[in-house]
Amino acid sequence: MSLLEVNSLGISFGGLRAVDEFNLSIEQGELYGLIGPNGAGKTTVFNMLTGIYKPTDGKIFLDGKDITGKKTAEINKAGIARTFQNIRLFGNQTVLDNVKIGLHNSFEYGTATGLFRLPKFFKVEKEMDKKALEILSVFGLDKQASVLASNLPYGKQRELEIARALATNPKLLLLDEPAAGMNPNETRDLMNTIALIRKEFNATILLIEHDMKLVSGICEKLTVLNFGSVLSQGNTSDVLNDPEVIKAYLGE
Amino acid sequence: MGFLTYLINGLSLGSVYALIALGYTMVYGIAKMLNFAHGDVIMIGAYVVFMTMSNTGLPIPIAIILSIICCTVLGMVIEKIAYAPLRKATNLAVLITAIGVSYFLQNIALMIFGSNPVSFTSVISWEGLSFAGGQLRITGNAIVTIVVCLVIMAALMWFVKYTKPGQAMRAVSEDRDAAMLMGINVNATISLTFAIGSGLAAIAGALLCSSYPSLTPYTGSMPGIKAFTAAVFGGIGSIPGALVGGLLLGIIEILAKAYISSQLADAIVFAVLIIVLLVKPTGILGKQIKEKV
Amino acid sequence: MKKLNKSTQKLITSISVIALIYIIVCIMDGTGNLSSLMKGLLVPVCAYSLVAVGLNLCVGYLGELSLGHAGFMCVGAFSSAFFSKTFMDVIPDGPRFFLAIVIGTVMAALFGFLIAIPVLRLSGDYLAIVTLAFGEIIKTVITVLYVGVDSRGVHASIKDMMSLGLEPDGKLILNGAQGITGTPRQSTFTLAVLLLILALIVVHNFVNSRTGRAVKAIRDNQIAAETVGLPITKYKLIAFTLSAAIAGVGGVLYSHNINMLVANTNNFGYNMSIMILVYVVLGGIGNISGSVIAAAVLTMLPELLRDLQTYRMLIYSIVLILLMLFNWAPAILKWREKYGLTTSAIVNKFKKTKEVR
Repeated sequence: MSLLEVNSLGISFGGLRAVDEFNLSIEQGELYGLIGPNGAGKTTVFNMLTGIYKPTDGKIFLDGKDITGKKTAEINKAGIARTFQNIRLFGNQTVLDNVKIGLHNSFEYGTATGLFRLPKFFKVEKEMDKKALEILSVFGLDKQASVLASNLPYGKQRELEIARALATNPKLLLLDEPAAGMNPNETRDLMNTIALIRKEFNATILLIEHDMKLVSGICEKLTVLNFGSVLSQGNTSDVLNDPEVIKAYLGE
Repeated sequence: MGFLTYLINGLSLGSVYALIALGYTMVYGIAKMLNFAHGDVIMIGAYVVFMTMSNTGLPIPIAIILSIICCTVLGMVIEKIAYAPLRKATNLAVLITAIGVSYFLQNIALMIFGSNPVSFTSVISWEGLSFAGGQLRITGNAIVTIVVCLVIMAALMWFVKYTKPGQAMRAVSEDRDAAMLMGINVNATISLTFAIGSGLAAIAGALLCSSYPSLTPYTGSMPGIKAFTAAVFGGIGSIPGALVGGLLLGIIEILAKAYISSQLADAIVFAVLIIVLLVKPTGILGKQIKEKV
Repeated sequence: MKKLNKSTQKLITSISVIALIYIIVCIMDGTGNLSSLMKGLLVPVCAYSLVAVGLNLCVGYLGELSLGHAGFMCVGAFSSAFFSKTFMDVIPDGPRFFLAIVIGTVMAALFGFLIAIPVLRLSGDYLAIVTLAFGEIIKTVITVLYVGVDSRGVHASIKDMMSLGLEPDGKLILNGAQGITGTPRQSTFTLAVLLLILALIVVHNFVNSRTGRAVKAIRDNQIAAETVGLPITKYKLIAFTLSAAIAGVGGVLYSHNINMLVANTNNFGYNMSIMILVYVVLGGIGNISGSVIAAAVLTMLPELLRDLQTYRMLIYSIVLILLMLFNWAPAILKWREKYGLTTSAIVNKFKKTKEVR
């Protein structure tokens, strides 16, 4: 059984059909790419997968469990975490706290325990710090743990967003244009980071990307979206050689 | 017949609220700020009418025009001195400044006119109409207020839709930076908005005090808050919304006073507001804005 | 010694400063150097500070503007005064006042919670106006409420005193627009300072806990907070309720400091809510000790200007406008930068002088 199974997903905004008959199936451990021209509906698919938009039609199954139309927070608990095209960090909080917020549901103590600083508060906070630093060190961010998130350089902010998503311990990680706005050096670093994540966190990843070098370099499978419909789907090399795909990208 | 009388009184009070709400809603739409001092401009306008009439004996229309001029200038001066320097500051900073201006106007009035209420003579001397053998009487105040409000509203909608400054206003309210890039003078447009809003406040002041003749430095405060409520009620930023919100608020207030309890009328008005916003979170005619992800 | 983080250091500094001021005031009082005017202001300053601390939690950490916090202060004031007066001769002074504080806090929290359920579905200015509406409703309803107690129990009416039908030995407690008279005046400066310090500690602990982090995350970016699995409504409710509870404590101090407790626009209406908001903004949004300083200075200011009679509120309003311009206007900020008058420059200078010494 696939980890993620999407069946004829579709959404309309007013009269506009943004995504139609979208099917996708991702196996455990895969690195899957979702590509397509601007406005093809890629981010809309992400928004449906994470419950930010409610799909008009179709079903989404994660690990065999129906998560269609569930609330965003519930879907995260079920095992999907994501990053955003326009970075959405908790800018006024430290790098460490950003990751600790990602750990929120894995560590438990009540509001009253926090208010009165009962012994459990200190114990759990210490464990959370340890775990958060562990995750940050994968990205080389542990030295900057006490820096405000908004003060990090752009590339580091993207990595922190990934770190925060991983802190929620997801089965499936969605990356929305992780290389957007990065120079070639930063992009190469990012490719290494993604490879590292797969090894360290044993994560399954679905990513949206424009950078063809990155996509062809790391993705095992691809889905190409055009005008809200699937244009081509399959192994990376097959898809990139599909005449339909070449036509959509380069014009006739 | 009692109900009809109340309804018309409600419409009349609602018209005043609508005129005041216009000032709030236009400034909010264009400058994205809550001009808390707007209610106090009404009070200043009413005092100008009162002083002109009682001290100079000039005819009523002149007194009102004088009041409109004073309030327009006042509105523009306030904007230039207190709000314009803060255009890039946080919303809350501007809100607090507006509160400061509100206190300032109240206390200036307190110094000049004292805290004792003065008795405002109605600017409308017409007795009104009488129907059904005197059972249903509509006062001249009510008729004139409603008509003036509707005329102004129509004129304003025309102005915003079809004139060049009106289009500039809409452009600034939609996207200030883009409007600036298109060569629109944003500062002048905001100034004009304050001028119109304050001019309308002068008219609202004269009409309000014609129906409720006791005038003090605090007269503008509560109607100001209620008119702001009306603007939110109708959907803040929307001119027709201000009309709908104002009229509904006036009618609810008068009916609540008549049939439920005069002391609880304000509480009922606010309760209705809460219910409306819970059903329609952006007001009756407000637009739903969704954050783009 | 264990290294303390920044906010804990700041908390300790604030508490020390408050303690120092407390000692100075006590010495001045003991040596007869404290005017009766200042003496009368001590408890109100603490009460307003508490409400400001509560509101700052809401504005600064929850990120929602409330214009109705005077309403929660009102609930705290009336519920506790009601309790104190009802059990005036039944429970001894000390425990009764302790219970009054608990009741005022819990009632304010309860109202905060009940109001938050609908209110937090809205956002921004719509949320602000609805809190204002709730504040006005609370104030208005209290002014038409008549409640009395006799041997048969509690009687309430919204018409008048007569319709309560009290027995001759019955006691009228809440008398409509006349409010509650004869509440025991038990709010002392010492107790007020202790409660204020307690509130500072509670807020500090809250915002630096797991719950507080979640609240701040929701403030910074609600959508991102949802995608990491935070239950938004739950944490918003908790923060708003706590904020209302703290405002309620301020209300308890307020009502047990005066003989005649009435609800009007100036003490519990939107005027008060706005005044508290002024404290919060001037003290710095999210800066809890700043709220206390601003509340203290701005409560004292009009009173210190009392000699100027009619001019005092005028001066207050001008000071308010100038302060905002001084802090926020870009032209003035540039000027301050040029002459080394920015806040950070002044703080640095101050720090250096301290080090030299």
